[in-house]
Amino acid sequence: MAFEGLADRLQSTVKKMTGKGKVSEQDVKEMTREVRLALLEADVNFKVVKDFVKRIKERAVGAEVMDSLTPGQQVIKIVKEELTDLMGGEQSKIAVSERPPTVIMMVGLQGAGKTTTSGKLANHLRKKHNRKPLLVAADVYRPAAIDQLQTVGKQLDIPVFSKGTEANPVDIANEAILHAKEEHLDYVIIDTAGRLHVDEHLMDELGQIKNNLTPDEIFLVVDAMTGQDAVNVAESFDDQLDLSGVVLTKLDGDTRGGAALSIKAVTQKPIKFAGMGEKLDELEAFHPERMASRILGMGDVLSLIEKAQDNVDETKAKELEQKMRSATFTFDDFLEQMEQVKSMGPMEDLLGMIPGANKMKGLKNVQFDDKQIVHVEAIVKSMTKAERQDPSLMNASRKKRIAKGSGRPVSEVNRLLKQFEEMKKMMKQMSGTQGGKKGKRKKGMNLPFM
Amino acid sequence: MSFLKKLKEKFSASAETEEVSDKYKSGLEKTRESFSTKLNDLVARYRKVDEEFFEDLEEILISADVGVNTVMDLVEELEMEAKRQNIKDARDLKEVISEKLVEIYTGGEDTFKTQAPLNIQPDDLSVFLFVGVNGVGKTTSIGKLAYQLKQEGKKVVLVAGDTFRAGAIEQLSAWGERVGVDVIKHGEGSDPAAVIYDGIQAAKSRKADVLLCDTAGRLQNKVNLMNELSKVKRVIEREIPNAPHDVLLVLDATTGQNALSQAKTFSEATDVSGIVLTKLDGTAKGGIVLAIRKQLDIPVKFVGLGEKMTDLEAFDPNAFVYGLFADMLTDDEM
Repeated sequence: MAFEGLADRLQSTVKKMTGKGKVSEQDVKEMTREVRLALLEADVNFKVVKDFVKRIKERAVGAEVMDSLTPGQQVIKIVKEELTDLMGGEQSKIAVSERPPTVIMMVGLQGAGKTTTSGKLANHLRKKHNRKPLLVAADVYRPAAIDQLQTVGKQLDIPVFSKGTEANPVDIANEAILHAKEEHLDYVIIDTAGRLHVDEHLMDELGQIKNNLTPDEIFLVVDAMTGQDAVNVAESFDDQLDLSGVVLTKLDGDTRGGAALSIKAVTQKPIKFAGMGEKLDELEAFHPERMASRILGMGDVLSLIEKAQDNVDETKAKELEQKMRSATFTFDDFLEQMEQVKSMGPMEDLLGMIPGANKMKGLKNVQFDDKQIVHVEAIVKSMTKAERQDPSLMNASRKKRIAKGSGRPVSEVNRLLKQFEEMKKMMKQMSGTQGGKKGKRKKGMNLPFM
Repeated sequence: MSFLKKLKEKFSASAETEEVSDKYKSGLEKTRESFSTKLNDLVARYRKVDEEFFEDLEEILISADVGVNTVMDLVEELEMEAKRQNIKDARDLKEVISEKLVEIYTGGEDTFKTQAPLNIQPDDLSVFLFVGVNGVGKTTSIGKLAYQLKQEGKKVVLVAGDTFRAGAIEQLSAWGERVGVDVIKHGEGSDPAAVIYDGIQAAKSRKADVLLCDTAGRLQNKVNLMNELSKVKRVIEREIPNAPHDVLLVLDATTGQNALSQAKTFSEATDVSGIVLTKLDGTAKGGIVLAIRKQLDIPVKFVGLGEKMTDLEAFDPNAFVYGLFADMLTDDEM
């Protein structure tokens, strides 16, 4: 996951401070040195790093730490606050024009992911905000860029406006807006050609589109893997166009994401969305504070809950809970539960949101192959109805049949059965203690596919 | 003779490289400006070599994406060197700085020996596989290279192995048309290994000299996608012994430290033999190639210096260094 490398380094640095009853100037100096290196390694712009480290130093040796009862904790709090601040404080919303359509212009370097992001954004607006978007193919330079947007539009079933490669991008955009008005579409997303920020001619063209349309939002699309140059790029685009926000792409890679941290600091423009995968629904609103928590290993429970709310059927969840308590949980229920977890996204991402999960023994460095879930599913689906209801029916020949049916070895079938029994036992215990006064929920459930 | 002088003389001695060096100079203009101007500024600002001087130097190098570790090592070496040679004047250190930078790339060998040409098979089909993360410019680089090879009189065939991204096949086809070479393709969503297999058969039967294989961009931490890439390579190996003759990792010059992780992981999956560094005509410095060369020993074979069909150049470490330091050569004693 993105930020992981940065997170690891910062966490180990910050951890040294946790239990400290006294924080000396030397401690702070050592910590800030480590923080500096961690940030530089993550491609955070060196100017930004300098300021950041300076601010932490000033605050950490100041009264708010020295007078505190838990100075170590206080320092961590400072780092988190500054980190959140660096990424943009609170989450910012997407504009809505009073007179529709709302016009959004997508700009950026070549290969940053403008076309894919345009499609994702259109999908997001339709799904989360119930809007009717129009995609506009204004990249007349790159071969097949229009084809790409049209294909994306077809996949999403969202209309795409294009006039071929001969038309002028300014005209295309103008006509697209008229078209949107006629069709009562309320968002127009203009996909412009990628260009270098130093290409005066092409930057002028963007200026013209902007002056002609007065868009409500101008988003700079930035590859999260960009190095020190991210700041120069963002500054140039901002100078020319006065950006309204930034969309980070390819954040599902293993980049340490320094660009994300630098851009806001330098341009003062908020990061509004983050691209988290190749599929067209993998665009997320960017929450600076949650991201800061994730980087410092404090987890991101809020996003996890939201994901669950988005994907899990509440009545079903209640039913399931009932079954767990009464220990009548069967393989059918288990399958259903797995479906729900699966719909929330890759295991790896979900775990990243659980506080402390990355420090859990055995979980670190585990490659989460979502295929494992598929295997478990195959095994369960190879059982007969009766077997799913009552696993005690299982005998050697049944197991052999299941193994054959699912294409997995018998040992794996055995393992799953054993884990299922353990799970049931644990559920019994949990529901048994829940009512009691001293009852504490046991942490962590040993799901067979984890 | 001083190092920079030597470099310059070697360079002007070969007239044919002049054109290339001009291209580098203009392509790298932005890079050079920020880098050597900064270096010159630094030297002008600090007459004396002290701790602050080295701190500022560190920042200049870091801002070129050279990478913290490489920079730390380099600066440490420089500090020692300054002590050893008893250099006190900052101007005298300039020379040593550029020398050390080149040394990182060449590993101390003669710079002229470190050029890495394409591994072209003189009398047989050469297969080149292009790999890299999303949006670095694989398809565009293939188009440019196809043009170049065709100009050299070679029969080139392209194969559209990016069956995933919307519009990717059309993009390669457009390049094929523009350059005037055949493109082998299947539909979107088909098995990339199967397309590549067909590409090889077609290239063989059409008696092509060169087959350029496009693949879908993929982030290096997606295990399944990397496995798919290994499979594509195995298919090529099985059909033609010793092929692919080059596996070219396409890197975006604006990429930061993640480029190292890309180089490492793609090498593990496909034995990368060379790098194509794209988008070097922006302000990015591509300093990360120094670290990649140093830590993984993968040479840069081509650089992309613009959007035109002709804007792909064979990488010449001398020209690269010359481009970086050209300012310093002219306004100095030479």
